[in-house]
Amino acid sequence: MIPNDKADAATETLRGGTRRRRVRSGGGRGVPLPLLLPALLGLAFLIVPLIALLVRTPWHNLPEQLTSAEVWQALKLSLFCATLATAVSMVIGVPLAWLLARVEFPGRGLIRALVTLPLVLPPVVGGVALLMAFGRNGIIGQWLDSWFGITLPFTTTGVVIAEAFVAMPFLVISVEGTLRAADPRYEEAAMTLGASKFTAFRRVTLPLIAPGIAAGAVLAWARALGEFGATITFAGNFPGRTQTMPLAVYLALQSDPEAAIALSLVLLAVSIAVLAGLRDRWMTAG
Amino acid sequence: MTETYDLRTGTESEADGLDAHLVVDRGAFRLDVALTVAPGEVVALLGPNGAGKTTALRALAGLVPLADGHLRLDGAELDRTPPESRPVGVVFQDYLLFPHLSALDNVAFGPRCHGATKAEARTQAAAWLDRMGLSAHGSAKPRKLSGGQAQRVALARALATNPRLLLLDEPLAALDARTRLEIRAQLRRHLADFEAVAVLVTHDPLDAMVLADRLVVVEHGQVVQEGTPAHTARHPRTDYIAQLVGLNLYRGDADGHTVRLDEGPAITTTEDLTGPVFVAFPPSSVTLFRQRPTGASARNLWRCEVAGLETHGDQIRADLTGELPLAADLTTAAAAELGLHPGAEVWATVKAIQTHAYAA
Repeated sequence: MIPNDKADAATETLRGGTRRRRVRSGGGRGVPLPLLLPALLGLAFLIVPLIALLVRTPWHNLPEQLTSAEVWQALKLSLFCATLATAVSMVIGVPLAWLLARVEFPGRGLIRALVTLPLVLPPVVGGVALLMAFGRNGIIGQWLDSWFGITLPFTTTGVVIAEAFVAMPFLVISVEGTLRAADPRYEEAAMTLGASKFTAFRRVTLPLIAPGIAAGAVLAWARALGEFGATITFAGNFPGRTQTMPLAVYLALQSDPEAAIALSLVLLAVSIAVLAGLRDRWMTAG
Repeated sequence: MTETYDLRTGTESEADGLDAHLVVDRGAFRLDVALTVAPGEVVALLGPNGAGKTTALRALAGLVPLADGHLRLDGAELDRTPPESRPVGVVFQDYLLFPHLSALDNVAFGPRCHGATKAEARTQAAAWLDRMGLSAHGSAKPRKLSGGQAQRVALARALATNPRLLLLDEPLAALDARTRLEIRAQLRRHLADFEAVAVLVTHDPLDAMVLADRLVVVEHGQVVQEGTPAHTARHPRTDYIAQLVGLNLYRGDADGHTVRLDEGPAITTTEDLTGPVFVAFPPSSVTLFRQRPTGASARNLWRCEVAGLETHGDQIRADLTGELPLAADLTTAAAAELGLHPGAEVWATVKAIQTHAYAA
């Protein structure tokens, strides 16, 4: 009797929920079961691992885990490299986005495809490619080495390069989209007032697309922070020098799973913060 | 030596103001417009949408390149000068005030680009805003300004660089009817004060007639008519202008008081002309009858059919087809009395004295 009642109550709640939803979606006929079930499965598939991470977090000794020297070192290095990689991406990525959005030139579609390639390229392949370019025997790296004595792979700079390589496309795509949506006639208006193309870009276009740049920078930063494959391939895994958080997580998982979980929790928290920041600042206000 | 001397004096004495022949190719569309404007004169480019008016304005500003022709301003060749180096100010159709800058900084933008220090530029901008009656709104962002205020900020911004050529693209189109009336009067005063060349683009005949000293009517990329507002309104040469000024317009061959239309019947006029002419008469001069009027002379009497009716203020405008396609205005009462409805057969007459014929 009692279980039955409970089941009824649950059904009632479900129905109520469906009804409310129906009203909100403007008189639709409810969600068909063949869509609802896979949808809920998909939702669970994405959410459950995150919940599992929270469930298995060693909350009792979390403070010690997070304040250990290695974690702190990896976290500092991660934040430093991701921020620098984002800065590099902005300095060269925003002009690239402008070029793609505003200048007609032959092969523009191809160039855009090449720019977006790192988005879909396996990061390990990116790391190998970076080695071929900037490695000690790479096509550019050998000159850097013999002329300037600069070695990039397996250095902190190498981490920044690997992260920028993987993260910059996010920024370029975001900024290019914002530029395309921005009215180019503002630049024309600036030119009729005596501004050169560059002044118009600096004083009019740049402030107008600032939200897009910020959103792109946050995306790029988040991507750089989580970068693993290209970093470990190009920069290696040296604590304090090239061992970023994701590398530390991977390494800790084999020796000290609790530490790995704690580190993962930090990265999860950062990701959620990024998402929340994007939502509040640019998605609703914009 | 002599040649150089002649050339130079010739350029300097004759070429003050704007002397332009604008040819722009845009795929299938070709703009080919000659434009001469004296300093202090306000010229309106009037034409339907898609006629090429805005393209002409953009060519003057240097935002689209000339395919051919020339562009001289105060004797200086400008056709190869980039837009930022032309002494040109533009008021864009939707103003394009920079949304991230205050009204004051929008106006100061031009002087800044012309080398003024930040403080100088702001002082100049404040003076301009003051002249526009906007000194209280200097710190406002464009989105906080009303349409009329934004229009005046845009005008101040364009004037703040002391241009020798002021271009206005549909300067009043974005305003509601009431603001428009007020801003039109203000703009007229500012244009009257402006000592250099002003060219405005509009599809609104009233704006053109109130603001401009001279109209240049552009259709399909060509100048089809040019003259003072009063003359243009009285002597339309295309259906577009005739409709704008509310006249029935026909083209035909005159022989004395009779004009044989190219298509349709003859019209009797008071003017005594020969050769190709236009005949125009206002819709209000047309009288309609349901039966063929007896006793009326057969001259200027046409059998027509009502194609459509619409209210026009407190009048009814009847669109007629038949022997002579024309528009006729009548009072609501008269329309009811006649029992007009689409498809109704009517007889239309116009007195010769109310027609106006002029050489084509």
